[in-house]
Amino acid sequence: MKLTLRIWRQSGPNAQGTLVDYVLDDVSPEMSFLEMLDVLNEKLILDGDIPVTFDHDCREGICGACGMVVNGAPHGPQTLTTTCQLHMRTFSDGDTIVIEPWRSAAFPVVKDLMVDRSAFDRIIQAGGYVSVTTGSAPEANTQLVPKPDADLAFENAECIGCGACVAACPNGSSMLFVSAKVSHLNVLPQGQPERESRVVGMVEQMDAEGFGGCTNTGECTNACPKGIPQASIARLNKEYLRASLTHRR
Amino acid sequence: MAVTGILMLLFLILHMAGNLKIFFGRDDFDSYAHWLRTIGSPVLHNAWFLWIQRFVLLVAIALHAVSAYQLSRRDLKARPEKYAHRLRPTASYATNTMRFGGIIIGLFVIYHILDLTALVANPNGVEGAAYDNVVADFSHWYIALAYIVAMLALCLHIAHGFWSAARTLGAVTSATRATAYKATAGVLAAVITLGFLAVPIAVMAGLVD
Repeated sequence: MKLTLRIWRQSGPNAQGTLVDYVLDDVSPEMSFLEMLDVLNEKLILDGDIPVTFDHDCREGICGACGMVVNGAPHGPQTLTTTCQLHMRTFSDGDTIVIEPWRSAAFPVVKDLMVDRSAFDRIIQAGGYVSVTTGSAPEANTQLVPKPDADLAFENAECIGCGACVAACPNGSSMLFVSAKVSHLNVLPQGQPERESRVVGMVEQMDAEGFGGCTNTGECTNACPKGIPQASIARLNKEYLRASLTHRR
Repeated sequence: MAVTGILMLLFLILHMAGNLKIFFGRDDFDSYAHWLRTIGSPVLHNAWFLWIQRFVLLVAIALHAVSAYQLSRRDLKARPEKYAHRLRPTASYATNTMRFGGIIIGLFVIYHILDLTALVANPNGVEGAAYDNVVADFSHWYIALAYIVAMLALCLHIAHGFWSAARTLGAVTSATRATAYKATAGVLAAVITLGFLAVPIAVMAGLVD
């Protein structure tokens, strides 16, 4: 396959970026999207150019490190797929592919396609944890979890924190990410001690980071590689309203 | 946005139902319009209920508009650098036109109050002659057209608004409920819009004159 890649190049956080065209002649349809970028980078290095910087780690769709906006869609055109799991057979010979970083005030560009997602880490620090008793292992069945609750928690625990929801949202809101974490932990018995402080803390941190507000467009869910449902956002709102009424500071 | 929106939605349902009294003729409609001024009497003085309601609605509109402005400001600030390749919107037309539609509805409400409450913009403009004032309005095609456009904007606004408000208030926490709320939003939007549109259409068709 012959492809024209139109990639965002930016040499540093404060540098002026621009879209640059690269032509790749021999792209195999079996390559993953990141392998295709590896091939481009090898070529750039051989040519004496600076390779394109992008985040990646596990390359099997579970770490949340990779992520770029491909032709206007976070993680590319295929639903429920991270960029690393996207294959070049999704595209056609002769295509021009526009590749941009996540665009959000809370995710400043570090270089090229790599953005700084530590805003998510700070949101997690503000409440995305549970208290555990350390020491001897407890008896496995002391804390019973109803099956529907376990399913709900698991569905939301699938969130890999990649930031596609923020990238897709026309408002740059991170509500889906926060709602997945809150839904995951607040529904479980292990999450009860911090139930109120978690949701209040995480929402306050989310606001402080400069993310936009949710207007329930649903773009986040449609872009989410893990299919976190929009209903989680309603649950976050419900938990937040509840906590606002009962939370003691 | 959600609380004030739902408050205005409740008012619209009553307003729409009241408008349909026009189909029972001039006397019925005008006496209904007069009755609105006597709600709550004798506990409340003449038209006091109406003024309380107007005040509450005005506060709701103001808060709704201020929230929309603040939300929009915040959202624009959250994405200072736009995408070169525009994101494909997967959301509905109603969802993507909330701001624009809201402005159309806001401008229409101002005109509507000048037209049929203050009567300064009404071609007939006789106090107490609600029926004749309405008929005078819709005998002009451009007034009817403006009204129809505003009502269609309202339809889209409610279709997304009701559903979004339910989400904001934490009500739609499962996929099954989502379907139910979406259907309710659609039915509410359709019923309210058709109810309001019945009046100009009836006047233009000569059913009400």
